[in-house]
Amino acid sequence: MKILVCISHVPDTTSKINFTENNSKFDKTGVQFVINPNDEFGLTRAIWFKEKNNATVDVINVGLQDTESTLRKALAIGADKAIRIDHDPKDAYSVSKYISNYISENSYDLIIAGRESIDYNGGMVPGMISALTKINFIDKCIELNISGNSVEASREIEGGKENISTSLPLIIGGQKGLVEEKDLRIPNMRGIMMARKKELLVIETNENYCMTKSKKFEKPQPKNEVTLVSSNEIEKLIDLLHNEAKAI
Amino acid sequence: MGILIFAETDDKGNFKKDALEIASYAFEIASETNQNVMALCFNALSPEKLSNYGVKKIINSKDEKLRNFDPEIYSECIAEIFKNENCNILVLSSSSNSKYIGGILSVKLEAGYITNVFSKPTFEENLSVKRNTFTNKAFEEVECLKSKSILGLSKNSFGLKENNFNSEYIDYNFETADAKNKINSVEKVSNKVTIADADIVVSGGRGLKGPENWHLIENLAEVLGGATACSKPVSDLGWRPHSEHVGQTGKPVSSNLYIAIGISGAIQHLAGVNSSKTKVVINTDPEAPFFKAADYGIVGDAFEIVPELINKLKNFKSAND
Repeated sequence: MKILVCISHVPDTTSKINFTENNSKFDKTGVQFVINPNDEFGLTRAIWFKEKNNATVDVINVGLQDTESTLRKALAIGADKAIRIDHDPKDAYSVSKYISNYISENSYDLIIAGRESIDYNGGMVPGMISALTKINFIDKCIELNISGNSVEASREIEGGKENISTSLPLIIGGQKGLVEEKDLRIPNMRGIMMARKKELLVIETNENYCMTKSKKFEKPQPKNEVTLVSSNEIEKLIDLLHNEAKAI
Repeated sequence: MGILIFAETDDKGNFKKDALEIASYAFEIASETNQNVMALCFNALSPEKLSNYGVKKIINSKDEKLRNFDPEIYSECIAEIFKNENCNILVLSSSSNSKYIGGILSVKLEAGYITNVFSKPTFEENLSVKRNTFTNKAFEEVECLKSKSILGLSKNSFGLKENNFNSEYIDYNFETADAKNKINSVEKVSNKVTIADADIVVSGGRGLKGPENWHLIENLAEVLGGATACSKPVSDLGWRPHSEHVGQTGKPVSSNLYIAIGISGAIQHLAGVNSSKTKVVINTDPEAPFFKAADYGIVGDAFEIVPELINKLKNFKSAND
């Protein structure tokens, strides 16, 4: 089984969110980048397929050279090969199109993307890839078992889960549940050494497929201070929620 | 030209609140651009309800094959209506199912897709609209470079606005293919408000000390007609099911009211609940980071405060009904 995991290179959750170049770009100064958490659950699930079912695991990212540290981390965790499409990603469609082009030239049985990235929160890429490559798609996938060509999976639905049978080739929008937080792997020294020798393929591209364009970022007004209510005045809280916030 | 909305129904065939909200939103765009709003719904019990929210033409398909959500079949049907009716804007909600098909529809319709939208678009050469990004820590203005666009509206960002119409109503039959993904079973808590649909969410953290104390959260949620949720440590400890975990790697919450009890407010938790309108925190620790993110707070012991809050809310409810 050949697996491709789409890796988004995102600022760590605790990063300060600032913008530069006249508020048109995210300010990367001093920001630590990580593998997108939703992708990391999928990557770990893929490594399990490698260990138990002899799968090969490639990881792919659309980004400039600075994203290679994140790809190297994925290799250190256990991926076999990394692919970087050398392009500053501008919208979800162009990212999906570059990845789909690569998929159509290098057939994969399973493609794992995160349900959304924690930076731009688009949540669009897995669906777009499924439509571009015309393969089966399960979003918000929380369980995935494969035997031969047949797939048994679960997806999160509002208020519960849905159990689905489908077949390979398949793309999923992955999240927690595929594996649990405790299953995530931290690269060890041996993995880091081995990652240096693994192939990191860089693909140049000049095509522009964008359907949307980011014009400007803004930060919300600073929030008002919390209104504290004394624990002896519960009625006051109810009154504020009813008359001021109009929430009850 | 026209604006199409995909109006989702629940298992019984009643419109979800999201459906009425996207209708209200689409009507506002339509009246400013001199267009009409059309709605597509599947197996709706009372499709005419949409005429109260500015929908001019309601297309309902009564088809058992559309009873269960399937990404390929649903997106194919929506694309067919969008093309037949010569639409230029499709408005979707931010429900799991709508997000599932948004990307597919963007490819099928060659339409620029913008998610987490919270404001009305402006029109110059192209459509531009503001969306939430960086888990609500920033706004982004995005321009659509295509003549067609898909807008995914953030839940509770526009609200409901009634506009009564004499709508045209159409029963429509699709030629649907067989689903490629086969649904074997659904495991769902019945008769309970889901986190996604709830206007009010009551959430508990480690401060509740154990699963045996969850009646406090459940009773408070019941009085308020809300859903129950929990923080990540609570679901990791197995006190509550994973499906209740809200936060960055759990479910997102964008309710009108979010009440956090015994939750300190780690940044990953706040990232998932940021887009809720009003946030209330009850915590013994005045230094808990949640107090910085909340609108209202009580410093104190949940075991004393919550029962009293439940009683006083009961009185309030009976006085206001």
